[in-house]
Amino acid sequence: MTTPIQEVTETLDTSGLLCPLPVYKAGLVLSRLAPGEVLHLITTDPGALEDIPALARQRGDALLGVDNQGSRQLFWIEKGSQQ
Amino acid sequence: MTMAALNLDILDNEPAPRPKRIALVASKGTLDQAYPPLILATTAASLGWEAGVYFTFYGLDIIHRKRLPKLKVASLANPSGPIQLPNLLGAIPGATAAATGVMKKWMRDAKMPPATEFIEMARGLGVKFFACSTSMGVMGVKEADLIDGCLVAGAAAFLDFAGDADVQLFI
Repeated sequence: MTTPIQEVTETLDTSGLLCPLPVYKAGLVLSRLAPGEVLHLITTDPGALEDIPALARQRGDALLGVDNQGSRQLFWIEKGSQQ
Repeated sequence: MTMAALNLDILDNEPAPRPKRIALVASKGTLDQAYPPLILATTAASLGWEAGVYFTFYGLDIIHRKRLPKLKVASLANPSGPIQLPNLLGAIPGATAAATGVMKKWMRDAKMPPATEFIEMARGLGVKFFACSTSMGVMGVKEADLIDGCLVAGAAAFLDFAGDADVQLFI
């Protein structure tokens, strides 16, 4: 699934980092963002394809898009309002 | 009171949804076994959960000011350890230090933070650290020996926290 997202508030590149660091670092950014703002997250940990959707689901954020490029994964997460 | 009235009453007083909670017991004090509770607690807190870790028996070393930076992993009786030695050789001086050195190199190469840094990450996210008071008494550990911010408590206090947890794990 590829979803071009126009308005990215912040980009976080966690290339080379393994679980739990992408989730931990993304969580820190999402906690800082205002509802409706969008985090663009880059990962290379293959587990992130499962972990980042789980992060969004558990936090109440919206996963707007995923782009699995094989060697890396791109995510767009919109901060939810229920936090 | 009729059922309809009762239901309305519940709706009017609906509490805010409670965050999920994880309660972990960290019972082992080796370098390899320090990571799972710290990773799980840090991850849970990142997901917006409440997280607490009860450090008991050898697990106390993970929150021990002086022992935390010196956690070790042994080759002896550890067939999955970082270096593969016959047990007889694993008993010689230096074998545990060598295995510990290899594991720390694994972690560095994989860009995994040391246990000391995971402790700081967990604390920064508000993870609760319970220090088992019985283990402290048995093993002669004083509150001043522990890193800051630990709650010295017995099993009842931990179970009071764990009883409302959605996930409980013993490590």
